[in-house]
Amino acid sequence: MASHGIKDQVAIIGMGCTQFREHWDKGVDDLLIDSATAAFDSAGVSKDDVDAFWLGTASSGMSGLTLSQPLKLEGKPVTRVENFCATGSEALRQASYAVASGAYDMAMAIGVEKIKDSGYQGLNAAPAPHDGTKRNLTAAAMYSLVLPAYAARYGVDEDELRMVVAKIAEKNHRNGALNPLAQFRREMPAEKICEMASVAGRLSVFDCSGVADGSAAAIVVRAEDAHKYCDDPLYIKALSFVSGTGGGLIDPDYDYTTFPECEMAGADAYRQAGIDDPRSALAMAEVHDCFTPTEMVLMEDLGFCERGTAWKEVLAGTFERNGDMPINTDGGLKAFGHPVGASGLRMHYECWLQLRSKAGDDRQIDLSTRNLGLVHNLGGYPGEMVSFVSILGPELG
Amino acid sequence: MRGIISFGGYVPYRRLDRSAIAAVMGKGGGRGTRSVASYDEDTTTMGVEASRLALRPVDAEPRALWFATADPAYLEKTNATAIHAALLLDSSVGALDFGGAVRSGIGALRTALDAKGPTMVVIADIRGGLPTGADEAAGGDGAAAFLIGTEDDGPVVAELLGSASATEEFVDRWRQPGSPSAGQWEERFGETRYGPLTTQAWKEALGAAGIEAADVDVAVVTGSHSRAVKRVSGQLGVARVADDLSAAVGNTGTAHPGLVLANELEQAEPGQTIAVVMLADGVEVLVLRTTDALAEFTPGLPVAAQIADGAEVSYATYLQWREMIQVQPPNRPEPTRPSSSAAARAQDWKYGFVGSRGTESGTLHLPPARVSIRPEDELDAMDPAPMADVGATVVTFTIDRLVYSVSPPVVFAVVDFDGGGRLPVELTDVEPDAVRIGQRVEMTFRRLYEAEGINNYFWKARPARSGQ
Repeated sequence: MASHGIKDQVAIIGMGCTQFREHWDKGVDDLLIDSATAAFDSAGVSKDDVDAFWLGTASSGMSGLTLSQPLKLEGKPVTRVENFCATGSEALRQASYAVASGAYDMAMAIGVEKIKDSGYQGLNAAPAPHDGTKRNLTAAAMYSLVLPAYAARYGVDEDELRMVVAKIAEKNHRNGALNPLAQFRREMPAEKICEMASVAGRLSVFDCSGVADGSAAAIVVRAEDAHKYCDDPLYIKALSFVSGTGGGLIDPDYDYTTFPECEMAGADAYRQAGIDDPRSALAMAEVHDCFTPTEMVLMEDLGFCERGTAWKEVLAGTFERNGDMPINTDGGLKAFGHPVGASGLRMHYECWLQLRSKAGDDRQIDLSTRNLGLVHNLGGYPGEMVSFVSILGPELG
Repeated sequence: MRGIISFGGYVPYRRLDRSAIAAVMGKGGGRGTRSVASYDEDTTTMGVEASRLALRPVDAEPRALWFATADPAYLEKTNATAIHAALLLDSSVGALDFGGAVRSGIGALRTALDAKGPTMVVIADIRGGLPTGADEAAGGDGAAAFLIGTEDDGPVVAELLGSASATEEFVDRWRQPGSPSAGQWEERFGETRYGPLTTQAWKEALGAAGIEAADVDVAVVTGSHSRAVKRVSGQLGVARVADDLSAAVGNTGTAHPGLVLANELEQAEPGQTIAVVMLADGVEVLVLRTTDALAEFTPGLPVAAQIADGAEVSYATYLQWREMIQVQPPNRPEPTRPSSSAAARAQDWKYGFVGSRGTESGTLHLPPARVSIRPEDELDAMDPAPMADVGATVVTFTIDRLVYSVSPPVVFAVVDFDGGGRLPVELTDVEPDAVRIGQRVEMTFRRLYEAEGINNYFWKARPARSGQ
């Protein structure tokens, strides 16, 4: 009994990603066709070459028909998956296992979300029939609990900590500003964010991820076949997933300064990939910055720095694009936008570009000493969440 | 001798300053304050709060539950069943509504005093009227609960000496179902009816009790005709007429004879004679005498303490809560109705706030779980954990200005219960800027929202009131 992983058994040979924004002129079908076509073109294959599909969407469609109908896939299996905001990553995980098992030679993972047709602000999922006793609270408010808890545990002044997380938004906006696919392409100084009205705890709307429509897709094959399609494939080193017990909500020992599901998923992924020290092994990470305090805590949960030090590392610029540990170089959920089912694959798309030196001169990170990337994608709330971690690299071994 | 074994009055936390009405509308209002049920309260939830207070001082269990109000949360469906569920009463305990009329409250109480077996009588009302009207200013919201029985059921703190009723059909006050305000005939007419009816019932009740008017230490006189109430109060010939709580609470209608009586009982000595006179479509009279057991009786939370503990609500917010004005809701989906079958499966959790506790670990699970978060507990090795009366402390909190609410913002806290256990829970009866880590809270039964005509009842936490 163990999580063995599939290190170097599967490779990504092509990816596509639409612009993430309010696509008033595009529906779910258009977004899926656009990202799938971009992925097919990227890999130099056609839809007929792909043997099986995994479609991730949280609430923009039901069943595989959501993909097979617009793409007119003939006689192909399509599996629709949903795992909260980690839906896109989950699609990639399933597609990767399918080719690693030998069941299929080529599979596509594709994620999509059409948020902006709901007519409401923010992310709103229709609840299953319920007994009426579930808490009524936005995700923003749940994550806002992190700030006072972290400040108390590590003796940080709450006003200073508020500025620290605003710096995270500032960094992600700076990164997004350079990214033609990102939703928000305007820089946003931390001071300005701190001056905004609070919407949940001390968080302003600019501490929350962008609400956007979008789609992203990846095509995977077994590693030994990768060079048939592509000179520079990206190999999957680790895929990990933890679905929590929800115990954090009722456990008086839980203190809202850490996300144990993320720490566990990270540790499992490092084991699969054979990484002892993530900070020295990883060239970059795309992490789930759904709210600014989330990114801060993840720096510690994923082992990028010691407990209680992430706030100092933020101020020191460690996580800037040109820093020692670049985080969310594409702008993250904050600036790139967060179409739920697509976001996990969008994170992998940034690794696909950066780790193969295809991000463009103005955005490309330094790969001279390290060339592994990490994707972290979560869904849920502090105390009850699902967490995905993958590790990717351009070389075998 | 049958009488009152226990009792509790409930005054909601919010107060409307009557002078705020004229400040906005240019007329109406008056002096003093009136009590205001919060947006998440209705007569059923206030009935639950009064019942919990009435059951706190005693070890007795009711064998029947009767609920009376002129403002029922549901028609067609019994409201007493939700109170029954919140009190975790056995399914063999009957629960009935006495519906519709202001007179039904005193009527249920008098009927229970004539009945058999320990009977819980719960009376509640939300009183309002159109803006600037007399009913809006003079009304109040509240509830009271009385456990009625004999010495076999528990020590009787006030026994019934006698009672009487006088009835006549005349249209003095009326309200169509669904209407926000009542109509009233020219006041002088009602006065001509209530005067003789009171004289008749008063005389009969004193005769049944075998006493004279001068033997009555205090008379609780309430009713739906304020002028007649005032007039007959001066004509009863008793030593003292009880404070009718109009300065701070207002007239709570159906609940009022109970609320004023509870307040008097909380200040009474053993051996005192208390008369209750209620004017509503006739007259009901109860004559009670407190017993030695009253000296040993500690109220769940005195009415006076609740009156002292209130906080203001603005007139604008009051009008919004009573749906006299509509405000723009947040651009978020409205909540969906609870599933009846899911709610029924979760009855003890949803209505009684009963969690479960691992038999080995002792770990509290809210909601109750079959599988423990601790490995040492076997599957289904859980004991029921009733938590409604357990105090808790705020560990951390947040203010949510985005989420849908009838009355934003939502104040939300993570609370740890005394003796172990945690729940993230919404706070109510609280000022957003006054919440503090370490603050003491207690659970309260509320209507979270209504969807498709279904009231979604569950529990919230509120700052602990004095006496806790």
